[in-house]
Amino acid sequence: MQHTSFDLQLLNTCAAILLLLSFAMLAQRRIVTLVNLLALQGAMLFIATMLLAWRTGQNHLYVSAALTLGLKVVALPWLLHVLIRRLDVQWDSEPLLNVPGTMLVGLVTVVFSFGLAQPIAELASTATRNSLGIAVAVILLAFITMITRRKAMSQVVGFLSMENGLFFGAMSATYGMPMIVEFGVALDVLVAMLVLGVFFFQIREQFDSLDLQNLESLKEDQ
Amino acid sequence: MSTVGWLTQFLEVLAALVLAPLFLGWVNACRAWLQNRRAPSVLLPYHGIRKLFHKDAVIAESASPLFRLAPYVVFGAMVAAAAVIPSMGTGLPFRSAADAIALVGLLAIARVFMSLAAMDIGTAFGTLGARRDMMIGFLAEPALLMVIFVASLISATTALPLIAERLVVQPLALYPSLAFTAVAFTMVLLAENARIPVDNPATHLELTMIHEAMLLEYSARHLALMEWAAALKLFNYACIGFALFIPWGASIGETGISALALSIPALLAKLGVAGLWLALLETVSAKLRVFRAPEFMATAFMFAVLGLLVHLLLGA
Amino acid sequence: MAPIDSPLTLCLALLACWALAGAAGLLRPNSVALVGRALFPLGAVIGVGLAIVAAVSLNEPVERATLLIGLPDLPMHVRLDNLSRVFLVLLGSASAGVSLFAAGYFRKGEGTAPGVLGLEYHLFLASMGFVLVADDAYAFMVAWETMALTSYFLVTAQHGIPEIRSAGFLYLLMAHVGAIAILLSFGILQGGTWLFSFDAMRASTLSTPWATAAFLLALFGFGAKAGLLPLHVWLPEAHPAAPSPVSALMSGVMLKTAVYGVLRVTFDLIGDPLWWWGLIPLALGLATALFGVVFAAVQTDMKRLLAYSSVENIGVLFTGIGLAIVFNGVGMTELAALALIAVLYHSLNHAFMKSLLFLGTGAVLHATGERNLGRLGGLIHRMPWVAWLTLVGVLAIAGLPPLNGFVSEWLLLQTFLFAHEVPQPFVNMLLPLGAAIVALAAALAGYVMVKFFGIVFLGQPREPSLAVAHDVDGFEKAGLVWLAIGCVLLGLLPNQVIHALGAATVQLVGTAPDLAGQSWWMLAPLAERDVSYAPLVLLAVIVAVVAATFLIVRVVYRRPVRRAPTWDCGFGRLDPRMQDTAEGFGQPIRHIFVSFFEMERELPSPLDLAPRYRVTVSDRFWKGVYLPIAALLQRAANSVAWLQQGRISVYLTYSFITLVVLLAVML
Repeated sequence: MQHTSFDLQLLNTCAAILLLLSFAMLAQRRIVTLVNLLALQGAMLFIATMLLAWRTGQNHLYVSAALTLGLKVVALPWLLHVLIRRLDVQWDSEPLLNVPGTMLVGLVTVVFSFGLAQPIAELASTATRNSLGIAVAVILLAFITMITRRKAMSQVVGFLSMENGLFFGAMSATYGMPMIVEFGVALDVLVAMLVLGVFFFQIREQFDSLDLQNLESLKEDQ
Repeated sequence: MSTVGWLTQFLEVLAALVLAPLFLGWVNACRAWLQNRRAPSVLLPYHGIRKLFHKDAVIAESASPLFRLAPYVVFGAMVAAAAVIPSMGTGLPFRSAADAIALVGLLAIARVFMSLAAMDIGTAFGTLGARRDMMIGFLAEPALLMVIFVASLISATTALPLIAERLVVQPLALYPSLAFTAVAFTMVLLAENARIPVDNPATHLELTMIHEAMLLEYSARHLALMEWAAALKLFNYACIGFALFIPWGASIGETGISALALSIPALLAKLGVAGLWLALLETVSAKLRVFRAPEFMATAFMFAVLGLLVHLLLGA
Repeated sequence: MAPIDSPLTLCLALLACWALAGAAGLLRPNSVALVGRALFPLGAVIGVGLAIVAAVSLNEPVERATLLIGLPDLPMHVRLDNLSRVFLVLLGSASAGVSLFAAGYFRKGEGTAPGVLGLEYHLFLASMGFVLVADDAYAFMVAWETMALTSYFLVTAQHGIPEIRSAGFLYLLMAHVGAIAILLSFGILQGGTWLFSFDAMRASTLSTPWATAAFLLALFGFGAKAGLLPLHVWLPEAHPAAPSPVSALMSGVMLKTAVYGVLRVTFDLIGDPLWWWGLIPLALGLATALFGVVFAAVQTDMKRLLAYSSVENIGVLFTGIGLAIVFNGVGMTELAALALIAVLYHSLNHAFMKSLLFLGTGAVLHATGERNLGRLGGLIHRMPWVAWLTLVGVLAIAGLPPLNGFVSEWLLLQTFLFAHEVPQPFVNMLLPLGAAIVALAAALAGYVMVKFFGIVFLGQPREPSLAVAHDVDGFEKAGLVWLAIGCVLLGLLPNQVIHALGAATVQLVGTAPDLAGQSWWMLAPLAERDVSYAPLVLLAVIVAVVAATFLIVRVVYRRPVRRAPTWDCGFGRLDPRMQDTAEGFGQPIRHIFVSFFEMERELPSPLDLAPRYRVTVSDRFWKGVYLPIAALLQRAANSVAWLQQGRISVYLTYSFITLVVLLAVML
C-alpha cells in the first residue's frame, strides 16, 4: 500500500465507518438505536468535513462542518427522540424479514456502487475522490433501508441517511456544495422533519399505530 | 533451515502445548474479575487435565474404534496447526507445509472428527451437539476464508508467516479494511471456540450446549486430550489473529537468538491483552439464541466482505 | 493409419475389448459365475490398461486416425491428444475400481439378467471412451447416444419398479434434449464448410454472435448431461434408481465426459473464447454448487444425498471452467492454466471419491436392504471394512487435508485469489464473492458428509433387522480399497498429478504451471506468490503427534479402559430412536436456507389424538419450470390432436390435399 498522509488515512477511515453505519442501520431492529446510528453518521460527516477543511484550507467548509454538527448531530436526532417519546414508540421493535438476505442485497449494491464510481472518480480532482463510491453506496443502502421497513419512523431515518450520503458525495467529489445550496438543503430537511412530525401524529390518531401497512387500507377496492 | 528456525519451531509447539491451558485460565480469571467474583487460580486447567489423565477411561459399550481414535486425531490436528502458525517467529521450517487455507483445513479436520465422535455413541445430546457444531462451523469457515483473503490481498500470498512479515514492514497507518477484517475475525473466533455470545463454555444445561455436548461421553485421558485440544484451538486462533493483525514482536525472517528471545515476552504480553479483551467481550454480551447464530456469522462474513471491498476501492 | 503399437491403436483396441467382454456375457446371460468372476474383473484389467496407456503417452504428440466404420462417405475420425489422455486416465482408473466392485455385486434375480447387465455396462464404458477420442461430430454423437442409451438400460435394470421406470424416462428425455443442443452447436461450429470433422471446426472462424450461440448451445447441451442448474432435475432421480456400481460410474465418470465436452468445444473447437462467456458457467456453477449441497443436506435417502452432492461438485467444476475462460479471455493465461488444473484435478478427485461413496452405499444396500437413512445406523460395528473405507471417501469429499478433495479446493481458491486483478470494472469485485460461495459450499459439503457417515455408520442401529448385516469380501473389498488408495495417493502426491495435468492445459491455453525446481513432496504452483502446500509433511506431523501422544499416554499413565453403559447424562433408558434422524440433522440447513426449498408441512394440532408430522421438501425448479413446460407441451399436443379424426375418409382427404398442393407448386 502506498504511503498516504495521516489526514487522508483518517478521511478514509471516516468513509469506511460511514459505510459500516449504513449497514448497521440496515439490520437494526430498534428505533432508538437507529436514531443514535444516524447521529453517529452525522458525527462522522462532521469529522470528515473538519479534516477536509483543515487539509484544503477552504473556510466555507468550516461553516459547513458547524452546520452539520448543529443540525445532523444535535438538532435532528434530538427532534427525533422527542418525537419518539411523544408518540410512545421507543420500545417498538421492527420485524425484519430475512436479515442475511437483505445484507446480501446490500453487499451487491455496494459492489455496484463501487464499480459505478470508479470511472467517475478518475475525472474528479479532489484527493478524496475514491470515497465517491462509498457515498453512492450509502445513498443506495439508505434507500434499501427505507424499502425494507414498515414503521414510519424508520423510513424517516432512512431518508435522512440518504441525505447524509448525498452530502458526503458532494464533499468528496467537489469539496462541498456552494453555501447557498447547503443552506437551502438544510432548511428543506428541517421543514420536512417538522411536516413529517405533524403527519405522524395524524397517522397515529387515525390508525392507532405508526405501522405504514395501515396506509394500504386507504387503497380503493377495484 | 537454520538451527534458529528449528528452535523457533520447537519452541512454538512447546509454547502452544504449555501456554494454552494457561491462556484459558487467564481468560476465566479476567472474566471473574470483571464480574466481581473471586477467580480460580490461572493454573486450574492444568490441574484439571492432569487429574483426568490419572483416571480410568470409561467407554460406552456402543462405542466404535472411531470414538477412541478421535481425541488423538483432534489433538494431532491442533498441534500440527500450532506448528504452522507464526506465534513466535516467521522463519519456521514447516511454513512451506501449509498456508492459511490448509490451516483452516486442519481446523476442519478437528471439527469433523469431533462431530463424528459425538455421533458415534448415538445419544440425543451427542447428535444434537454435532449438528449444532457443524452448523456454526459451516458458517464460520467462509467468514474465516474471507478474512484470510483480505489479508492475502494486502500481502499477495496466503502463507501466514509471509502475511505477518509483509505487514510488519508496512508504514504504520490506519487501514480500515484491516479494521473490518479484525472485527470479522474476532466474531469468528468467538463462534468457533464456543465462547459467549455463541455458546456458553461454562454451561451445565445440555440443551444450551454446543461444544460441551460433544464431550459428554468422554472420560479420563480422552477427555483430557479433547479439553487440551479445545484450549489449543483458542490459543491457535489468538495466534492467527496476532499474525494477521499485530505481528510486531515476533521474530521476522531468519534472525538470531536475540530476536527469538524477545518474541517470548512479546507473545506473553499479546496473550495477556487478548485474554482481557476476550473476557471483556464475553462479559458485555449475552448468549444468542441458537438460530440467531447464523445472523451473527452472516454479520462477520459481511464485515469481512466490506473490508475486501473497501480495500479494493480505497486501496487501504 | 497409425502404427500398430501406437497409443491410439492400443486405446481403440482396449475399448473394443470392453465391448467384446460385454458381448461375451450374452453367451450365458444368467450365469453369475461367468459374468461376475470372469468378465467384470477382465473389464477392470482393461480399465487399468487404458489408464496406463493414456498416462504413459501423455506428452507425446497428437495422434490421428480414420476408422473405416461408419457410413460410406462419412468415416469416423479419432484423435488422441493430451486432453483426451487425461480423461482416459480418469475413465480407466476409476472404472477399474467400480468394475472390481461390480464383479461381486451383481446377482441373479434382480431384474435384468447379469449377462445382459454386463453387456450394457461394458458398452457404456466403451462408448464413454469413444466419446473421449472422437474427432468429428458424427463419431462423437454416435458415441454420445450409445452412452445415453446404455446408461438408460442400466438405470432401469430393476424395471419392475415404476419409480425406476419413470426416473429412467426422465433421464433419457433430458439426455436427448442435451444431445439436440450439442448437435445444433456442432452445426454452427462447422461454419459453412459442411464438413463435420473437428479439424474443420478448428479451422473455421465464426463471427461473434454465431460463436456465442455455439458456446451457449454447447453449455446447455453438456450442462444437461452434467446436471447444471436448472437442468439438474434428472440427476437426483436417475442416480439413486440405478444399481450402485452404475450410479458410481454415472456420477464419477459420465458427468466428467460433459466437462470434457465443454472444454473441448470452448478451448479447442471455438479456439479463442471471449472473456465474458466465462461469467455464465461461473454464475451457473456457483448457483448449482450452493443449491446442490443445500438440497443434499435435507435428504433422507442416502443415494439421493450423494446425487445432490454430485450436483454440487459439478457446480464447482463449472465455476472453475468459467474462471478459466475469464482469465484466458483477458490474457492472464497462467491463471487460466491454474484454473483448468483445478478443474481437471477436481474431476479426477471426484471420480474416485464419489465412486467410493456410491459403492459404499451399494454394500450397505446389499447387506441391509435399506436406502432410507432413518432405518440405518451403527453399521461400523457390523461392516468395518465398508465403514472405514467409506470414511476415507467422506473425509476426501469434505475437503480435508491431506486427502485429495482438499488439493483441488485449494487450487480453486488460490485461483480466485487473483480474480481481483482482472481488468474489468464490476467483475473484479464480484469474483472474490464467488470465492466465498465456493467456501460456503465446501463447508456445507463437510456438514452433509458428517450427516451421511454419522447416520449410516455411527450411532446405534435404528432397526433390529440391521443386526444381520454382513461385511464385504473379495471383489467388493478390492474395488473399495482400490478407490480409497486412489484418493490417498491423489492427495499426497499433488505435484506429480499437476505435472501430468499440465500437459492438457498446455494444449488448451498454452501454458502450464511451472513446477520445475520444486521438491517432489511440495506443491507450489505459483512461484512468485510464495504459497505452498506439502501434504506429506502434514500427514507426517499429524501421524507423529498422534503416535507420540498415544505412546506417552500409554507409558506414563497406564490406566485401563473399561466398558460401561452409555452415560447420556444419567438418563438411563437409551433408545435408538433418540438419536438424530436424517431430517433432524438437516433441520438447521432447512431453517437457514428456507427460501431454496418448496416445503409442504403437515403439523399436528394440540388436540390430535394420533398426531402426525409430515414435511415434504421438493425442488422449486420442478414445480416452477418443468411442470409448466410439460403442461405447455401437453396443451400443444392436445391442440394438434384434432387432426386424428379416426375416419378413413378424412385421412384420404389429407393425402388428396397434399397431392393437389404439390402439383400446384411444382407446375
